[in-house]
Order: sequence, then C-alpha cells, then structure tokens
Amino acid sequence: MKITIASGKGGTGKTTLSTNLASLLAEQNAVVLADLDVEEPNSGLFISGKKIHAEDKFKMIPEWKKDECILCGNCQKVCNFNAIMKLDKMIMVFPELCHACYACSELCPTKSLTMKPKKMGELKHYKSGNLDFIESKLIIGEEQAVPLISQTIKYVEKNFPSSTTMLFDAPPGTSCPVIEATKDADLIILVTEPTPFGLHDLTLAVETMRELKKPHGVVINRFGIGDAKVEEYCAENDIPIIAKIPNSRKIAELYSIGKLLYKELPEVAVELEKVIGYIKKHQESA
Amino acid sequence: MKILLTATGTEWDSKIDPRFGRTEFFFIYDEETEKVETYDNRAIANEAHGAGPRTAQKMTEYGVNVLITGNGPGGNAASVITQTGIKVIAGAGNMTVKEAYDAYKRGELKEF
Amino acid sequence: MKEIVIISGKGGTGKTSVTASLAYLANKDVIVADCDVDAADMHLLMKPINDRKEDFFSGVLPTIDQNKCIKCGKCASVCRWDAIPIIDNKYIVQPIDCEGCGYCARVCPADAISMNEQNVGDWIISDVKTNTKMVHARLGIGAENSGKLVAKVKNEAKVLAEKLNKDFIIVDGSPGIGCPVVSSLSGANLVVLVTEPSVAGIHDVKRVYELVKKFGIKAGCIINKADINTDKVQEIHQFLKAEDIQLISEIPYDENFTKAMTMGQTIVEFDPDGIGRILVNSWEKIKNIA
Repeated sequence: MKITIASGKGGTGKTTLSTNLASLLAEQNAVVLADLDVEEPNSGLFISGKKIHAEDKFKMIPEWKKDECILCGNCQKVCNFNAIMKLDKMIMVFPELCHACYACSELCPTKSLTMKPKKMGELKHYKSGNLDFIESKLIIGEEQAVPLISQTIKYVEKNFPSSTTMLFDAPPGTSCPVIEATKDADLIILVTEPTPFGLHDLTLAVETMRELKKPHGVVINRFGIGDAKVEEYCAENDIPIIAKIPNSRKIAELYSIGKLLYKELPEVAVELEKVIGYIKKHQESA
Repeated sequence: MKILLTATGTEWDSKIDPRFGRTEFFFIYDEETEKVETYDNRAIANEAHGAGPRTAQKMTEYGVNVLITGNGPGGNAASVITQTGIKVIAGAGNMTVKEAYDAYKRGELKEF
Repeated sequence: MKEIVIISGKGGTGKTSVTASLAYLANKDVIVADCDVDAADMHLLMKPINDRKEDFFSGVLPTIDQNKCIKCGKCASVCRWDAIPIIDNKYIVQPIDCEGCGYCARVCPADAISMNEQNVGDWIISDVKTNTKMVHARLGIGAENSGKLVAKVKNEAKVLAEKLNKDFIIVDGSPGIGCPVVSSLSGANLVVLVTEPSVAGIHDVKRVYELVKKFGIKAGCIINKADINTDKVQEIHQFLKAEDIQLISEIPYDENFTKAMTMGQTIVEFDPDGIGRILVNSWEKIKNIA
C-alpha cells in the first residue's frame, strides 16, 4: 500500500512524522520509506542503517554531432523549453531546461541529435532491520525534481512486493513535484500546524488532493500552539483528524540533534499508533 | 569596439539593469561610429525557462565585442556567451549607462 | 534602490514571519514582494486590500479537436508521458500527465491539435497595512513552478519601487534550490538567510548558500530558535565565518511568534519590547549592509 505524507506548507513536520512512523511501523512489519523531497531530502538525518545500494539517476539529453548537421535550426524551433539553441556554427543544448520530450532528436532531418543519459541525481538505499530507506537527491544545478521523483517511485515499485507498507515523504507545496509524488498513492496524510499559515496552506493541499481524488486525513503537529481553526476547518469539510502531536520544546530539541521522538516521548508514540490505526483501517477496506 | 550594456531604459542616463537574461533593454554603443542602438528585450518576460540563452542569442545578432552588466549572466547564458568570445564585464549594478561605460573605460570594472 | 531577498532553504525556520516583521518596520520605505508563490503566506500578516489582480500564463496544454482527428494515434506514440490515452474510443489529453512539450501538435497529420496557453495563477498588487504596496501571487494546483511567476512578481515590485521612489524592495523568497529560488535571487543586493540550529536547518542553508555564492551576492544570516541547541549555533557561527557571511541576529525560540501570527500580527507588533527589539536591530543592520 502506498501512503504519501504531504503538506501545503514547509516545516510543518512531514519528515518528523514519516521518519518516526516508519521506524515505529518497522518494529512489527516490513516498511519502505522513500524521501521524495529531492531538492532538500532530510529524512536521512534521522534514520540510520547500512547502505546496501546506490545508483546514479539519469535523464536523457540530446547530444549534438556536427558531421551531418546542416544547421537548419529545426531543433530550436520544435523545443518548447528553450533548451536547444542554434548559434552561429553550432547547436547548444541546455540540459537543465530539457524535459526529454525527444522532439528535437526525432525530428532532426540529418539525425544529428542522439538522446544520451546525463546524471541528474543519486539514489541511495539503506536498510535497518525491517526498515528499508530510500533517499534520492538532485545534484546541485539540476533544477527539475519531477524526473527523479518518478524514477525513485519506480525503484520502490520494482524492488518491493506490493504487500510492503510504502511511505513516501513528499516535497512541500502543491506544484508539479508534489503531484508527481502523490498521483499514484493509495492514501495521503497531510501534516499541518494549528496556525494561520498552517491552515492557509492546508486548504491548498486539500484542494489538490480533492482534484487528484485521493483519500486523505490530517495530522496536526505542534498541537497546543495557535488556535482551533484547523480543527474547525477539518470538521466543516469532513476531513478526519488522525492524530495531534503535541507542541513541546523537548520535541524541538530532539529534532535539532536528529533524534527520533517516540522512544523518549510516550505521548508521541500514542499519536503515532493512531496514525498506524488509520493506515490499517484503510488497508482493510481496500 | 561595439559595447552592449544591459539597461532599464534607452538613454545614457538610464540605470543599468543588473540582470542579463531578463534585462529590459540592450543599449549598444559603437565606439567607431559613435552611434547608439537600443533593443527592447521586455518580451523575454513571457519565457518561463531559458531566458538567459535566448537573450544571449539575441545579443549575438548585434556583433558586439563587450558586454557590461550588473550581476553577470547565469549559468546557461554564460555558456552561450563563452562560445561567442564576447568579453563580459560585471559590477555595474548601481550605475547609469554613462557611468558604467566611463567606469569600464577607466578600467574600474571587473571582468566576469 | 536596494533589493533584499530573504530565503531559508528549509521550510518552517520563520522566513515569512521575519520578512513580514522587517516589512512592518520598514513601513513605507519599501515595496514588499511575496515570491513564495507555491505557498504564499505573507498576506496573512500584511493584510492586503484593494487587490489589482492579473491572470498569469505559463506553459501550454494541447487540445484535440475530435472532429478533425483521424485516430491515427501518432500523437500518443510520440508522447513520452503517456498523456494521450484512448477513452471511449477517443484520444483525449490528460492535463495532469501532460508536460507541455508540444510534440504531439507538431506531428498530427490532420492538424487536429491546438496548443493553448494555460492560465496557471494570478499575480496581484495590493495595498498593505504598512502604508505601502505588496506584490504577490498565487500559483494554481499542479502548476509548474518555474522562475517566470517569481520573475513577474519581482519585476512588478521593481517597477513600483522605482515609480514610488522607494529605498528598498523586501522579498519573501522561494524555498528549495531550484528555478524559483534562482529567480528570487537574481538582481538581489543582499540575501538574508534565515536558519535554525538543527541538523536539517544547517544542511539546507548550506545547500542554498551554494547558489547564493554562485551569484556572488552579499549575504547575512538570522538564526531563529537560537537557544534550542547551543552546539548547533556554534556550528552555524563557524560556517558563517568560513564563508564571510555576516551574523545579523539570533532570535530565541519564543511561542510569541505563533501567538502573534494567530492574531494576524507580526512579532514586532505583538511583542515590541521582547523579540520585536531584536528585529528592530536586525533591520538597522540590514539597511547598513545592503
């Protein structure tokens, strides 16, 4: 079963939840946690394990060969992303802008552009007991998250049986990378905080999940600060509040040194069990 | 030499546009003929991606030898410019076109 | 006129709360720009009114004219994202999967595919409670966040700042390290890094600073929640020293930040003698460095 943990706002506690949830679940079951926040993956700061595999991830980029090229400029004409340009006597490709649609390559009259793989990120696979942890990271300068997110999800699908509980830590926001991270999930858990920023961004995230027709529930983090408007919003919109992780300075301190929470803080463990219960309920009805 | 300055207007007293890729105007001065040419680049705002290379490509149509700008071109634009052999001078961010040109002539601006 | 851009790499460090506070202190000396277009929050503290809204277009979406379509399937065969499945015996483009490359339209032998510019959001100019204007935007769901909307917001802010003779633009920057951040940064005179003393905060601020360094922009740093971990604060100090980044201020972890936000106020309004004081000093320092 695929569960994506997302949020509208950054910094609400997605990674805190996904790492703690994954570790707790792994005490009983086989779990894989994949960090899809490929621009700034952070889960690895909280999870340890033995690295069992690493692979470079590639995207296809056109490579120009000058021998037969007649400098017709058709490649520049058919590219919607300004990723290929005809200069005076050469064709120049801008790999970060290329979306690998293959149009320039396939429509070149002299076959002077061949699609070749270019490294855009790294995938690392760690294991600790029942927990498999996959972290993907874009190399600096690489700006497109979507291809790496897509390939990471495929890696998980290929290497783990569908009976494994798969947790995906999504990037924040509601734009393309988040859509890619959530579009094939079975269940979405939205993490928010009970403040005006948290509420505002939660409504954006909920709108997105409704558009994608994904079942979703909310975990309120830092519960106790702010106000009750997030709870009111969820009640008004029939969105289940799965758990409420309390606000505490102790949590901030443990987080700051990269430690998991539930072993030292039973009140957190209690809330995590509620999340596990919610997931199991969905698994049964599916 | 033909000099191109990235500008926010078309006059000698217009401010330099610190950006390259999304610069509003080209202010081109031909030192031999002492003539000024300008180009309105503002349509570049419609490009989501690749503004830098597009602007660089446009610049090559003017046969310039030197580019004077503020922050300097971003990575993609810079790769195009390297191919052209155009000398890039940066650091003119807070000046007017006239001040930037004079500073360049006095050797006060750094090559990018 | 100086451009001050505030970024953090990581979400939740207090970037927007700090930006709003500085905007509050700067009052009518600045134009405010909210470039965090994927999840714009400045308006919750700045209380914009008299919105002048404009549509924002980016990217294209193909539409298949079923009357012209000869069902040859060429469009589907060239699409790398399987975005043109057959539904009810018709080829129909799935917007959520479409990348906007336009290849399908170029190869259609019946000229049945048109590419239409997409309205992916709005950009807005509003009056805000600090006697000045704010430029902000909202990107629609699933839209591709390129530098374009960010560039639009910044550009409009610049135009306004020049027209109204303002000394500064204060920009709430985008998170991450991709195109929107690059667009937030270009043209900046000073970058203010807002970070927190945690492994994640430090990791992400270092990563985003690599970009700032590439652009050669002067940087300063505000350490928020500074008293939750003194070792990590030392680590940040070392990083700042090594990179010649000026330390602007350190703000202790204080629940007043959230209380203020809940009241729709910046911390300066809510706690003027406590944290507010630190921000007053920060703003003075920033004006000097910029």
